[in-house]
Amino acid sequence: MQKLFRKLSVTISAVTMIGIIGFSAVVIAAGSDIKEGKKLAFDRKKGNCLACHMISGGDMAGNIAPPLVAMKARFPDIAVLRAQIADARITNPDSIMPPFEAHGVLTSGEITKVTAYIHTL
Amino acid sequence: MKITMTAMIAALAFMLMPFTAIQASPEDDFKAFKGYFTKKFKDTEVDDFINGVYSIDSPSRKQWDEIEEFPPYELAIETGEELWNKPFANGKGFKDCFSGELSAIRGKYPYYDAKADTIVTLEGDLNKCRTDNSEKAYKWKKGKIAALSAYVAYAGRDNPIAIKMPSSEKELAWYNKGKTFFYAKRGQLNMACADCHIYNSGNLIRSEKLSPALGHPTHFPVYRSKWGELGTLHRRYGGCNKNVRAKPFKAQSDEYKALEYFQVIMSSGLKWNGPGSRK
Ligand code: HEC
Ligand code: HEC
Repeated sequence: MQKLFRKLSVTISAVTMIGIIGFSAVVIAAGSDIKEGKKLAFDRKKGNCLACHMISGGDMAGNIAPPLVAMKARFPDIAVLRAQIADARITNPDSIMPPFEAHGVLTSGEITKVTAYIHTL
Repeated sequence: MKITMTAMIAALAFMLMPFTAIQASPEDDFKAFKGYFTKKFKDTEVDDFINGVYSIDSPSRKQWDEIEEFPPYELAIETGEELWNKPFANGKGFKDCFSGELSAIRGKYPYYDAKADTIVTLEGDLNKCRTDNSEKAYKWKKGKIAALSAYVAYAGRDNPIAIKMPSSEKELAWYNKGKTFFYAKRGQLNMACADCHIYNSGNLIRSEKLSPALGHPTHFPVYRSKWGELGTLHRRYGGCNKNVRAKPFKAQSDEYKALEYFQVIMSSGLKWNGPGSRK
């Protein structure tokens, strides 16, 4: 019984360790993604999201589109958010928002980074 | 129940029919166009739409009014007058190409020329006058052509836009070409003129307030601070196309002539007030 318990606790701590390491790895990757995503979102030649959306920390934002706030509440599923940013026509065929991925304004990798950043807002 | 449903569908189809069966006439389009803006900007007098974004933006209006007291296009009008009066090598001049009062010239354009099946613009006829007299055509977007256009526009200020509404099939074809252009999405950014200048007029794109399309062409050519000089309406069209990463068309191309024709028709009744000054 004692032995079994020890074995179990070892397994558990091993699992926990792996869990923690795995988790922090994800956080680190996402951390740099978020930073780059913000740069891409603010860059006038790239996302230029500020042309239309208010974003906290961004200057001279336009008011054509809804402010990008409380994104986790509005987009619990990040995949839905990504789809909106990749091609806004899925929700509004006449949208003035550029179809970023479909028209090659941003690459697929860049969309992923922008999405990671926007989801933190 | 089944019968009511069928009847309802039939009634619905009947209700929708008029809109699909009959194509909107330019007169109807114009009424809807003007109605949209007068309703959207209730505080703006209809006649004031000729002042572009300043007709809907009181904070920048004051500053602009001050600029217009010593207008930056004054010199260009003088240059235009000199060019207008200077004889060509063959002794003839612009006066020989344009009949009637100077003040009546601006308001004649654009018009449909049935013989050539094209839209004739003021700038087009200015350069035609030169080439007809064995002179080289001026470049289309700025400089001398803009100065001449400014001189003629200035003399023609305050005349109302009294363009003939398209009625023949070919006139309507030009009209519809311009209208389609105006509402079509284009460029890598996939935006239509209407996206910015109808649906989002009055809104900010970055820190720029978007002007209403009603009154767009009245004050051209325009002195833009950004250009530091005068530019024609077609130069502005090219700029707006480039902003959405679309390849601009050439000034005086069929596309831009049709667009000018459509825009002037949509501004019917407003006053010509060129040249103008803008940010
Ligand atoms: C030219 C205007 C414009 C630009 C640039 C733009 N958007 Fe939008 N966006 C809109 C409009 C308008 C909407 C509202 C829905 C619609 O009409 O498509 C919208 C909706 C959204 C939504 C959904 C918001 C909600 O709560 O439903 C998200 C998320 C979004 N945009 C993100 C972005 C990001 C990220 C960028 C830059 C990479 C961007 N947008 C650039 C105009 C724009
Ligand atoms: C991405 C937004 C956008 C699109 C799309 C766009 N424009 Fe513009 N346009 C602007 C901005 C910003 C200005 C400068 C501020 C203003 O006067 O509206 C402007 C100015 C103009 C002006 C000068 C107005 C004046 O009073 O001097 C004209 C004319 C014009 N646009 C026509 C067009 C036409 C025609 C199209 C389509 C071919 C078009 N625009 C597409 C943003 C746009």
